[in-house]
Amino acid sequence: MSAITPEIVAEHGLSEDEYKMVLEIMGREPNINELGIFSVMWSEHCSYKSSKKWLKTLPTKAPWVICGPGENAGIIDIGDDDAIIFKMESHNHPSYIEPYQGAATGVGGIMRDVFTMGARPIANLNALRFGVPEHPKTRHLVHGVVEGIGGYGNCMGVPTVGGEVEFDASYDGNILVNAMCVGLADAKNIFYCAAAGIGNPVVYVGSKTGRDGIHGATMASTEFTADTEEKRPTVQVGDPFTEKLLLEACLELMQTDAIVAIQDMGAAGLTSSSFEMASSGGVGIDMNLDNVPQREENMTPYEMMLSESQERMLMVLKPGKEEMAKAIFEKWELDFSIIGTITNTGRMRLFHGGEVVADLPINPLAQASPEYDRPYVPTPKRAPLAPGDVKAPADCMATIKALVSSPNGCSKRWVWEQYDHMVMGDTTGLGRPGGDAAMVRIHGSQKAIAMSSDVTPRYVFADPVEGGRQAVAETYRNISATGALPMAITDNMNFGNPQRPEIMGQFVGAVQGIGEACIALDYPVVSGNVSLYNETNGQGILPTPTIGGVGVIQDVSKAVGMGFVAQGEAIVLIGATAGHLGCSQYLAEIEGRKDGPAPHVDLVAERKNGDFVRGQILAGAITACHDLSSGGLGVGLAEMAMKSGLGADVEDQSGELPLHAWLFGEDQARYLATTKDAGALLAAAKAAGVVASQIGIVDGKDLTIAGAGTISVSKLSDAHEKWMPDYMAHPDFEVG
Amino acid sequence: MKAKVHVTLKNGVLDPQGKAIEHTLGSLGFKGVKQARQGKFIELDLAETDADKARAQVDEMCKKLLANTVIENYTIDIEG
Amino acid sequence: MKACVIVFPASNCDRDMKVALERSLGSPVDMVWHRETDLSGYDLVTIPGGFSYGDYLRCGAMAARSPIMAEVVKHAQRGAPVLGICNGFQVLCESGLLPGVLMRNAHLKFICKDVSLKVENANTIFTSGYSSGEVVTYPVAHHDGNYFTDAETLKAIEGNGQVAFRYVNNPNGSINDIAGVLNKAGNVLGMMPHPERLVDPLLGGIDGKPMFDGLVKSLAA
Repeated sequence: MSAITPEIVAEHGLSEDEYKMVLEIMGREPNINELGIFSVMWSEHCSYKSSKKWLKTLPTKAPWVICGPGENAGIIDIGDDDAIIFKMESHNHPSYIEPYQGAATGVGGIMRDVFTMGARPIANLNALRFGVPEHPKTRHLVHGVVEGIGGYGNCMGVPTVGGEVEFDASYDGNILVNAMCVGLADAKNIFYCAAAGIGNPVVYVGSKTGRDGIHGATMASTEFTADTEEKRPTVQVGDPFTEKLLLEACLELMQTDAIVAIQDMGAAGLTSSSFEMASSGGVGIDMNLDNVPQREENMTPYEMMLSESQERMLMVLKPGKEEMAKAIFEKWELDFSIIGTITNTGRMRLFHGGEVVADLPINPLAQASPEYDRPYVPTPKRAPLAPGDVKAPADCMATIKALVSSPNGCSKRWVWEQYDHMVMGDTTGLGRPGGDAAMVRIHGSQKAIAMSSDVTPRYVFADPVEGGRQAVAETYRNISATGALPMAITDNMNFGNPQRPEIMGQFVGAVQGIGEACIALDYPVVSGNVSLYNETNGQGILPTPTIGGVGVIQDVSKAVGMGFVAQGEAIVLIGATAGHLGCSQYLAEIEGRKDGPAPHVDLVAERKNGDFVRGQILAGAITACHDLSSGGLGVGLAEMAMKSGLGADVEDQSGELPLHAWLFGEDQARYLATTKDAGALLAAAKAAGVVASQIGIVDGKDLTIAGAGTISVSKLSDAHEKWMPDYMAHPDFEVG
Repeated sequence: MKAKVHVTLKNGVLDPQGKAIEHTLGSLGFKGVKQARQGKFIELDLAETDADKARAQVDEMCKKLLANTVIENYTIDIEG
Repeated sequence: MKACVIVFPASNCDRDMKVALERSLGSPVDMVWHRETDLSGYDLVTIPGGFSYGDYLRCGAMAARSPIMAEVVKHAQRGAPVLGICNGFQVLCESGLLPGVLMRNAHLKFICKDVSLKVENANTIFTSGYSSGEVVTYPVAHHDGNYFTDAETLKAIEGNGQVAFRYVNNPNGSINDIAGVLNKAGNVLGMMPHPERLVDPLLGGIDGKPMFDGLVKSLAA
């Protein structure tokens, strides 16, 4: 009788066709260890089997790109031998099941991806999406996720400088926790995962292996059902203290010439790290599992290979460097064990108790993993929505207040004050959380990087192509609004079940839009992550391709913030306004409607306006700048006022448009800027072919808009700051 | 032998975590919880086989590290 | 003057402290690993912020028992200056060099923000760059900064002028709004807020700089 029954195959998430491929590759029936290895390597999470056909179409090259997708993280060159290494990755499913540990280990995992390559992490960002505030689990999830992110990042001593927090009913059963880490490395000293050197030792460092997280990767690749809660024991527990030691030990070893290759043990742990190293290097590995440091007794080979215990790394060392490397890890009180040898067999052979417990060919398994061209249906175009077809509010100023105090528009100070955003001493005053882009100086230099994470899921849902473009363009604007030049992005694609053609259509459309924007803006994708099956009982999330952008400013003293700076300065609106209210925040929050098309993203205008704004900031002609996005001009003005405490006098330049369409329309490629010399700025805009007009001046302590009314900035701020702490102060949730 | 150490805050020392537990238990409908105090439980596996010596060792450990006697009390149970 | 920063496993404001000290001192500041046992040659010893030993057991508890701390105690007993910030303050309390303890913040959450502090006592080597009663802004970034002592100790430290800084708006529940405390002799200061984070205008302010300038000046005198 066969030991591997169809039930066992199904439990491992392999389809019948996939199992046939397993039999073909093996030439015999696999044993349970081998089956387990196939199952995690071919999970959606590790193999990208539904998405890779489309991801391959994304632009990934530019002269400043050192390393694009495929490694642990992407790398760009920012000059002076400084390399920036960054990536965003989701930890959605684990965070829903156990929010504190799920989010914490997500942060820990993404930091390992970055320091594995030789970078010291210098900034973290997090894009979080939760269900509606009224949902009974939301408050508990927000509490746990925020505390988990802080608990890990704060202990690591890496500032958490930016991100997003939004609420929508589509995330009620599938929250999104997308963690981004940005690191700084010496461009001459970068580490990759390709193993080499027959006979070289394979070394395990970090924490011991326990039974935690077994089948985490396969869990992240299936839909949630009612019994998912029972999978709780598979959630890993993070130990940021150990990770901090691992970081310091790895960076210390990287200063020597001992390392041939290094790879962190993330999803699918020892299996995926060893296979990736061997397959990238075109070599084989013999591993003796008896030498794996173990936290629990009687662990089986299956458990060791599939464990997702955190804070572990696998390295290939040069011969003769073992003792020196061991001394460094012992100094940092970490386990160090030689568990294997590089071979020329092209096979992974695992030994346990003197017996061969698995013997697999590496390349067919790692590289010839399934690739699907899943059927897809493009999202149908929506009918236009004329500004006149949207009811005007009774009071536009009250509407501004309502938008800036809504769950999605309010201040997220409650969240980011729980993150140490200043440790490492390089977060600039203007670049602290709550602005357009976070800004962190390159230590000991005048350079800084600007970072932003963005996506507007309601746009992507309405029109995946425009929504994909918009997510990229918004990070581009947020970075440009500080004066920094956007360099590259990481994409974290969160979607529903790809086996549904309409979901696959969203994915295909979003990839197309992202790719178009990247090309137009000279802003390639250097790393990314895909999270599919974000569905509960057939209800998918809004398609959420989160984009993390990174830019560089050569002289950080020239950067500007988004708050008004001085009374009497002119306020200039840059970019064309057409009053687009389809899919707007106004429509959703005030009118309770979600119809209309997403705004069109004119990529030529995005590029032109971005270049103009950045150039004027660096020339010292702009004193403050803010990108316009959700909530449009009205909310943008309010945000600049609240940030500074200063008011403004604004003219009504709505012209042919209804006032509310002018104020709340979400036309893209727009910025607000303040300047001491409006004449010069407007002349420069005209010369550059950029639409711009002065709409008012910074004045007093009230925001006054002709034809709409007046509101005190301090009242706006109070409302803006109030919602989140009030919501979270509600006693009806568990203590974390 | 095994030693079980309970570390608790001294009476009169504010225990914000205990307060939060108390409050939340109340809001979950558990009435009649007069007070909740949170502490730590530490289990030690000792080579020592003499119970009195083991207790003396653990007492020393508590004073030196496991408890902060400015604000915390501790109790020790030694098991076979 | 020679200064050093003690580094424990998972200290993480060690570089920030070094940068701030070097900015005022104009000469290199050494990092000293916690397993070392020699502090001779240093005029000023500082213990930085961070999460030594992961804040496991109690914040600062395990660091306070590491080999170097025996030397820090001797250094302090000789009357030489010791400055502990954030986790450094927790370590100093756990080591017995300072009275009291730091408990979980009253609202239970980690808090990172700028706070206003009143300089209570400017007649110390640490605070001579300020005047008594002056209000300054430093960031706080901690989970366990809720200072507590028994009534008798509190009376003593208040009576002896050992309170160096007080919060204007108490962010963590500290007794008597205490943000920074001196030992009786005045040569050991522990404080939760981070002066070392505000020594550069680009980072949002320079209110922390007079502390390090004043310290360097006092020790040179």
